[in-house]
Amino acid sequence: MAIDILMPALSPTMETGTLAKWAVAVGDAVRSGDVIAEIETDKATMEVEAVDDGVMASILVDAGSEGVPVGTPIGRLAEDGETVDDVAAAPKTVAVEPSAPPQPTPSATAPAAAAPLPAAPVAALTSDAAPKTDRVFASPLARRIAADRGVDLAALSGSGPYGRILRRDVEAANISASPAAASAIPSTAGSAIQGDSRTEPNSQMRKIIAARLQESKATAPHFYLTVDCEIDTLLESRRQMNDRAPEGVKISVNDLVIRAAAMALIKVPKANASWEGDNTRLFSHADVAMAVAVDGGLVTPVIWAAEQKGLAEIASISRDLATRARDGKLAPEEFSGGSFTISNLGMYGVREFAAVINPPQGAILAVGAGEQRPVVHDGQLAVATVMTVTLSADHRVVDGAVGAEWLQAFKGFIEAPVTMLL
Amino acid sequence: MAAETSFDLVIVGGGPGGYVAAIRASQLKMKVALVERENLGGICLNWGCIPTKALLRAAEMRHSIDEMKEFGITVSGEVSIDLPAVVKRSRKVAARLSAGVQHLLKKNKVTVVDDLATLGAKRGDLREVKLAGGTTLTARNVILATGARARSLPGIEPDGKTILTYREAMVPETMPKSLVIIGSGAIGSEFASFYLDMGVEVTLIEAMDRILPVEDAEISDFVKKAFVKRGMKIVTGARLAGLKPSAGGVTASFEGAIDPVIAERAIMAVGITGNSESLGLDGTKVKVDRGHIVTDGYGATGEPGVFAIGDVPGPPWLAHKASHEGTICVEKIAGLPDVHAIGEGAVPGCTYCRPQVASVGMTEAAAIEAGHKVRVGRFPMLANGKAIAMGDDQGLIKTVFDDATGELLGAHMVGPEVTELIQGYAIARTLEATEAELIQTIFPHPTLSEAMHESVLDAYGRAIHF
Repeated sequence: MAIDILMPALSPTMETGTLAKWAVAVGDAVRSGDVIAEIETDKATMEVEAVDDGVMASILVDAGSEGVPVGTPIGRLAEDGETVDDVAAAPKTVAVEPSAPPQPTPSATAPAAAAPLPAAPVAALTSDAAPKTDRVFASPLARRIAADRGVDLAALSGSGPYGRILRRDVEAANISASPAAASAIPSTAGSAIQGDSRTEPNSQMRKIIAARLQESKATAPHFYLTVDCEIDTLLESRRQMNDRAPEGVKISVNDLVIRAAAMALIKVPKANASWEGDNTRLFSHADVAMAVAVDGGLVTPVIWAAEQKGLAEIASISRDLATRARDGKLAPEEFSGGSFTISNLGMYGVREFAAVINPPQGAILAVGAGEQRPVVHDGQLAVATVMTVTLSADHRVVDGAVGAEWLQAFKGFIEAPVTMLL
Repeated sequence: MAAETSFDLVIVGGGPGGYVAAIRASQLKMKVALVERENLGGICLNWGCIPTKALLRAAEMRHSIDEMKEFGITVSGEVSIDLPAVVKRSRKVAARLSAGVQHLLKKNKVTVVDDLATLGAKRGDLREVKLAGGTTLTARNVILATGARARSLPGIEPDGKTILTYREAMVPETMPKSLVIIGSGAIGSEFASFYLDMGVEVTLIEAMDRILPVEDAEISDFVKKAFVKRGMKIVTGARLAGLKPSAGGVTASFEGAIDPVIAERAIMAVGITGNSESLGLDGTKVKVDRGHIVTDGYGATGEPGVFAIGDVPGPPWLAHKASHEGTICVEKIAGLPDVHAIGEGAVPGCTYCRPQVASVGMTEAAAIEAGHKVRVGRFPMLANGKAIAMGDDQGLIKTVFDDATGELLGAHMVGPEVTELIQGYAIARTLEATEAELIQTIFPHPTLSEAMHESVLDAYGRAIHF
């Protein structure tokens, strides 16, 4: 498949730029990391590096072009096995915009295959943007106002130096989660069905889930990409691994999904990012959170640097985190942060769904049930175990092509599990 | 003349807004030109803050001789003031600092152009800046930091001999016998204090109901009493009707039943107006409102790529506000993260009369008007050991807290060296400290700053030494 090279944004405010010069010509072999072009804005000149290996197939925007919008394909790379001519001849329309959200398909519910971890509809409960620390940096005045108004500082991101939470951040959060606004809804709804309903006070967890997911849907422009993964090879590999695994180690499909997601985040680092207003934070590790349903809500414990952990280690960590999550015994730093979340509803027979991004992360993967479905291989109808996954991505940091690239990498690891052992 | 004419940023005006912006921009790797028509350092350094401090220091030295006896020191012989030498020292101080600014700009590779600039046409992404000398500079962004000048009142023309502005008041050749000062803001009050200490009969006129009207009412009252005790005449609620040359000097007449004041000279200190004319703003989207360029919190005008900072966009007319605006404007242009507009009440104000006045944040009255339930602390310098030892124990430190949150809403100080102390409260406000952190902080003994601590303690009924 040809790879589009998109006009990059050199700063969060950049909308257009000048393509100053090309460092490669059509037909040149390009390796990931090579400088291929120079982009200029009114503030800076920056080199653009290739993120893939391939051969320069075509140049879509000539050197010296001004006012090129961010995200426009400026060139195209042919991958292994493609000829430059094939790619160059391909239509120049490119899906920069994401595909539409998937329609919920009513499906014959096949028995849930191997979807081991009870997971939850959506993710929640992480802390502010500063990764891997549970210390909240906030001014004394911000702390006092937050305490008075019942605002959870851990759920805020600060606008002060180095993300320090200031009074204005607490006041802004307090306005968006105003109890007065919330209480107005039940009072009208209640009158219509009086006697048939009751109210339950919302727990702190419920309120945080509500506030964070509302914030996510309201501020992060979600788009959704869905792909089917055939998992027969994966299931067979898993069986073999578990047969030979030491006593007490049992690798689940979800552990393999975590490993594949982590590897894909490292392979496509642009998808491992979060939006911070003036900046985009790029994570160097795949800190994969997994949504775990608990009494009254859900938590998202994190497997830190999952790309550095083997399957046996992931299996034991995920089992431990899930058990302690359900027992309410997680330490705050164990379910705060993370760069990406996986939500798995496969065990409920859900075929596919779209999850709400766990802010401030850039994306979440919704994993459906592995089920036997008719597939076509080389023009022949066959039966394969298929697992449908949907990536919800924040378009402020992850563009459609990047999301697609990530899903492609993920599918690659899942369908050829031996590659994720590398 | 600079051979180079193409820049990332051209700054018009080399005052404390412009030159600081230029250095910051250079630190951020921009190629910068600074156009200054007169003196680097602007009014502040050449005709404002700095030379007046040199004059006021001379007045203080003169005053201290009167106090020698109390300290057991006898000064024999005649005490006289060599006025030309006093003024000469003030000019020397200004010249030294202006040369210092020149050196800093050179060190930071800022191209300094000695010329008069007007905004030119926009060509693509670039903006032209036309110089009176005929050269045209181009830049992606232009910052106007042209400052302000003394405002006058209708029908009153300062002639520089009997009716003066700050500029002539700063370089007197002779001391008048009597002086009337119109306006009791920082400029008027500083000149009033200086001339009073130099032995001149001073009458200070204020249209509002109290002198230093932007300060907390208690502070205004304190300064008024101190001035009156030293022999100054103060007339408040007096709206000037006319200021006319008359036999023996100048006569100031007022609306209503206020007696005219006759003095040898007058100083007009009724505020300043932005230098927004002749900048070539006609035909651009830059809006000007009553002499001041309209900007957002980051200096952006209505015209893309054209910014304004310091006095020209309006009050408070303070050098440190101009410098800070210059910094955030440049950082915003560079796309730096975490750049924030100057917050409400974040700019401290200092007046260097004797006694000194310094404040930050809201006055008590403003806090109440804004709906705060306030807690107010007061501590007199009379009860401060260091102030007593220095023989300068007249002063008051007032703190205003929000009762609900413990936020330090404002701090108001009058007395010895308070202009050096106010930064403590300014830092507390920036860090959003509450009364708890201020109370927990150990203030060293013996210092004037202990009075700052005591004022906070007093707001919570805990003052120790009073």
